[in-house]
Amino acid sequence: MVGPAIGPVRRAFAPWNDPSAKPFIEFRNVTKRFGDFVAVKDLSLKIYEREFFALLGPSGCGKTTLMRMLGGFDEPTEGSILLEGKDLVGIPPYRRPTNMMFQSYALFPHMTVADNIAFGLKQAGMPKADIQSRVDEMLALVKLEKFARRKPHQLSGGQRQRVALARSLAKKPKVLLLDEPLGALDKKLREETQFELMDLQMNLGMTFLIVTHDQEEAMTVADRIAVMNNGVIVQVATPAEIYEQPNSRYVADFIGDINLIEGKVASAGEGGTRLACAATGATVETNQTLTAAIGDEAWFAIRPEKMRISRDAPADPAVNALAGEVWDIGYLGDVSIYHVRLPTGATVKATITNATRLVERPISWEDKVWLTWSRDAGVVLTR
Amino acid sequence: MRKGQSWFNTTSVALGFAFLYAPIVILVIYSFNDSKLVTVWGGFSTRWYVELLNDQAMLDAAWITLRLALLSATMATILGTLAAITMVRFGRFLGRSLFSGMIYAPLVMPDVITGLSLLLLFVSIDIDRGFWTVTLAHTTLTMCFVAVVVQSRLVVFDRSLEEAALDLGCPPFKTFFVITLPLILPAVVAGWMLAFTLSLDDLVIASFTTGPGATTLPMKIFSQVKFGVTPEINAISTILITIVAIGVIAASLFNKRREVERQKAERLAMQG
Ligand SMILES: Nc1ncnc2c1ncn2[C@@H]1O[C@H](COP(=O)(O)OP(=O)(O)OP(=O)(O)O)[C@@H](O)[C@H]1O
Ligand SMILES: [Mg+2]
Repeated sequence: MVGPAIGPVRRAFAPWNDPSAKPFIEFRNVTKRFGDFVAVKDLSLKIYEREFFALLGPSGCGKTTLMRMLGGFDEPTEGSILLEGKDLVGIPPYRRPTNMMFQSYALFPHMTVADNIAFGLKQAGMPKADIQSRVDEMLALVKLEKFARRKPHQLSGGQRQRVALARSLAKKPKVLLLDEPLGALDKKLREETQFELMDLQMNLGMTFLIVTHDQEEAMTVADRIAVMNNGVIVQVATPAEIYEQPNSRYVADFIGDINLIEGKVASAGEGGTRLACAATGATVETNQTLTAAIGDEAWFAIRPEKMRISRDAPADPAVNALAGEVWDIGYLGDVSIYHVRLPTGATVKATITNATRLVERPISWEDKVWLTWSRDAGVVLTR
Repeated sequence: MRKGQSWFNTTSVALGFAFLYAPIVILVIYSFNDSKLVTVWGGFSTRWYVELLNDQAMLDAAWITLRLALLSATMATILGTLAAITMVRFGRFLGRSLFSGMIYAPLVMPDVITGLSLLLLFVSIDIDRGFWTVTLAHTTLTMCFVAVVVQSRLVVFDRSLEEAALDLGCPPFKTFFVITLPLILPAVVAGWMLAFTLSLDDLVIASFTTGPGATTLPMKIFSQVKFGVTPEINAISTILITIVAIGVIAASLFNKRREVERQKAERLAMQG
């Protein structure tokens, strides 16, 4: 895993930077307890209209719980949830303008695929002919035209997932909650569906909230990503910000591959930050303005692809440079990962793009190499 | 060794079946006995079936029993299903353990006690005993069986199905009828059949709670047997056995067909 797929160039859409923009969905200090267990902890979050918002986090961190509270299946223990400024607490699920695609699909086993998709439309009292055409449209979208008359148990896992997706989309709700919508699809279909979801969301002006385990998927589809851990949101930002400027070791480590180099703050302030890393013997200098006291513990986080690897010593080997020995090389096709062992025993990863066909490796096992990076290649993290 | 074992198995199976079915087979055979003496074979005849058709009292008893079983099974199914839903769905409420304990109590309570207590109840509230009191008594007895059967199905019911229906705009009451009920229907039907057969062959509770003009078939048979077993009793028993056997065979054929269909569907799904 190297650089993220940032996806197609997205519209100039950033209401979260506009202080006058009204949030469409707002979680205000929401806490959810199951007995003694706190699944969601004092969580506040604003999601804007027409936003494609992704929740990312390890299993059990409270993503589904958050969605269920928005859908109306669980009530928050404390705090409130607002939709278009109106408090949702107490409004039952069947009166909320949200639709959810369940992680377990929850297809009605006694109904055909077409009836499953039509269910919500029937409840809304849509005329029969319109229902028929909408069902056909949805079946075409998920490529299941031939399966309309089948029952859910006559479908494969991936097909079921697509029916669940079609059913939740059919009513074209204001807010669509997707809990792991594409997990069971193969890579190709998954990518196709991702782009279809993005198209649909843009064309229909819906607000999407998606849960996924797949960070690449989150980066592809979402306007913003919230990284969750243990019921709290660690960072909310655009995919590029999450990747380039993680606010903590947790986020840095969770998204993509990263080197974390431990050190102590040697100087901080307007002119940049200087970090003395005893364990690796490096001195790191960045342009970052850090608010930290001298001597504070800090970590320098740098992505492997931002490291330069070379056999020649740099002009200033004392700053932003590390010397070591190539320990292992992983060839991944598009890139090669070099594991460089430092004299202190620590390993640092650096990747090189395989721009030309590899005939002879310029750098090989057990070579003595230098790793260098520029002043804005990484970030210093204090937590 | 192997041979000995299989000999042992065969014998035990044969003995088991003989123990279970020999009395029934004898009963069926003697229902076609021409002789008036139950234990002496006097040649094949269907005269006892004809006699049965002319025995108005017996026919009345059969008719009452049938109506009673249909009615009490239906009421027990409705009440039992509601009780099961309450126990599974309403989480912890005040008096939940008491409620579930009380639902299960009639399962283990001796019939005599149930019958007697119901009799005392009917006497104390001064109700005329007859068809309706037996119906109520049977409903009380059989609804707990229905509750147990339906509850075991509801426990494994995937609640997200109901949530999905609510999410798509279906109110809770309607959700029960279009999603929950169709899916737990096999358990509800099984509960109904259990209640029906329990009511059909109850003697003790019916004897306690009935009144004039409401003699059920088991009561009628029992009272006749006191004056001696007649071949006519064998005949009506044979009819009952036939009805039950047809029911059991139909149910198992139905299940088997569903199983075959399910397997076919799964094969279809595998092919994509
Ligand atoms: N009804 C419940 N009763 C008790 N605990 C619950 C309940 N629902 C969820 N939890 C707990 O709350 C935590 C968060 O659950 P949740 O389903 O939101 O996780 P998740 O982030 O969606 O995980 P996954 O990625 O595995 O789906 C888990 O530890 C779970 O065990
Ligand atoms: Mg989940």
